[in-house]
Amino acid sequence: MSTTVQHPGEHSGGAAADAPAPTPARTGRPARRPRAKGRATEALMSRIAVNGALVLATLYMLLPLAWLLIAATKDMGGLFGGDGFAFDGFHFTENVKAVNNESDGIYWRWYLNSLLYAGVGAAVGSFVSVLAGYAFDKFDFPGKEKLFGGVLLGVLVPTTAVALPLYLLASKVGLVNTFWAVFIPVIVNPFGVYLARVFSAGYIPGEVLEAARMDGAGEIRTFRSVALPMMMPGFVTIFLFQFTAIWNNFFLPLVMLSDQKLYPVSLGLYSWNTNAHASPEFYPLVITGSLMAVVPLVVAFVSLQRHWRSGLSAGSVK
Amino acid sequence: MNTSLRAGRRRRKTTAALFLTPFYVLFIATMIVPIGYAIWLSLFTEKTSGLGFGGTRRVFTGLGNYADALGDDKFRDGFIAIGLYCLLYIPIMVGAALVLALLLDSALARARRFFQLALFLPHAVPGIIAALIWVYLYTPGLSPIIDLLESGGLHWDFLASDTALFSIVNIATWEWIGYNMIIFYAALQAIPREVVEAATVDGAGPVRIAVSVKIPMIRAAVAMTMLFTIIGSLQLFTEPSILSDANPAVGSSWTPNMYAYSAAFRANDFGLAAAASVLLAVFAAALSFGVTRLSSGRRTA
Repeated sequence: MSTTVQHPGEHSGGAAADAPAPTPARTGRPARRPRAKGRATEALMSRIAVNGALVLATLYMLLPLAWLLIAATKDMGGLFGGDGFAFDGFHFTENVKAVNNESDGIYWRWYLNSLLYAGVGAAVGSFVSVLAGYAFDKFDFPGKEKLFGGVLLGVLVPTTAVALPLYLLASKVGLVNTFWAVFIPVIVNPFGVYLARVFSAGYIPGEVLEAARMDGAGEIRTFRSVALPMMMPGFVTIFLFQFTAIWNNFFLPLVMLSDQKLYPVSLGLYSWNTNAHASPEFYPLVITGSLMAVVPLVVAFVSLQRHWRSGLSAGSVK
Repeated sequence: MNTSLRAGRRRRKTTAALFLTPFYVLFIATMIVPIGYAIWLSLFTEKTSGLGFGGTRRVFTGLGNYADALGDDKFRDGFIAIGLYCLLYIPIMVGAALVLALLLDSALARARRFFQLALFLPHAVPGIIAALIWVYLYTPGLSPIIDLLESGGLHWDFLASDTALFSIVNIATWEWIGYNMIIFYAALQAIPREVVEAATVDGAGPVRIAVSVKIPMIRAAVAMTMLFTIIGSLQLFTEPSILSDANPAVGSSWTPNMYAYSAAFRANDFGLAAAASVLLAVFAAALSFGVTRLSSGRRTA
């Protein structure tokens, strides 16, 4: 029932005649008419059904993560025996030590690489996207919509379908197995340009720019000291999504890199998992390493809720 | 006055060009050029000369690589696998995301912010790690789920040849339901409340309102999600690759993308890999063009 409305004033005469008073029916259960009791039970049942379904879905989403958390505290014996959802000894610190010691702490090297690829890549990439999105929104120039159509086409091209061609090209120009082979392609984010245009239209009123121009500020100065601060929430949103996409990227590094020292965490964990089939002592490493790789993203998404919500709504309301 | 205005307009054009240059330089370098180069490469093949001692030389074959890829059962099977995957995955994932969004949008839902966050959280997990977690949860001995099913007298082998598709669909569903649910929820929240109220006044129940008022009003968001889901499905790689280590039924060329990858890195046949990539990109472009035409056509009708 969708009568959680907070505009009682907008009720028309028809609604008022049906309900005794124009009180907003918060619960969707207007107590009226003789069979109110039956209706109350019915409403209670539907509320239990709705929230019960949501709880079930939440369990489906969270249980694998709970398992990861619990499994990271177990040693080999605990992993393969006993109840998967129960704690069984506490070996988390030992597992972290094992991760630290494996191949001279290469895990943290991967972690640092991921931070560089994702952190610097998303910072540069979001800035490039914001520049382009702002230009599309606030300036008029010939061929504008055609150029923007190119951006939208870029959103539709599967990134993994480009990864192999990128590899072929990179091996031609000698960039394969270098930092740049992963770093440069991930900067490009056509969807970020699209979002930046939407945000620029939403956050920066044209009059503000006119006022800055009247005051004699140049275009770049106007952008830097007026427009960019106003677009900051949008910038953070684009950054967050791009950071996640790069941190999670697996196919491009897989194709490009053979030197373990250049791996991001995702690829490193993959290589450990490949080892685990032959030597099961890698299982706790993969599990603990995975948990530590997930934590920054979970923290980012929990603390930046407002931003990813606004990003996803901007994408949906086209 | 007029000249200064014109000067301002010219300056703005220059600024626009300046602001767009970094993006387009990168866009061309990392998307247009590689695809062009792949098309070029796909026209050649490596031939071992003589007895194989003299190394290889590159020979022009025209569309030979395309014929090879299209004539290869493994490549075609990849598209069939993706087709079956989509048939199972899209109704389940999009349907569940839509139902959850509608439940969350209903007046009866409690703790909306908590549910949104909890349901979205799997999207923050890297795809490779999601696949690893689930494959471990599919592995007998490691998995509490299998133990639980066994204690209930149920035997389910997640790694059998006939359950592989389901196992992959489950991983992808887990990763994407929350993301798409938030998109649908945002679209539902944008529906003018008067519309829903009017339907309530007319005596429509909540289910009826959901089906004949709310869903039609967020059709654009659903169509967009479908489009992005299909494009995403075509690139399927990570989940089946991880699963293929544990399940021999999922071979090394289970999807077209895996086919292209093994052509490049197992067989070192760059021409064939390039042809397979180009075919995949063309197929994706044609499909998304078709879907957008279909959905926008319906919107104007």
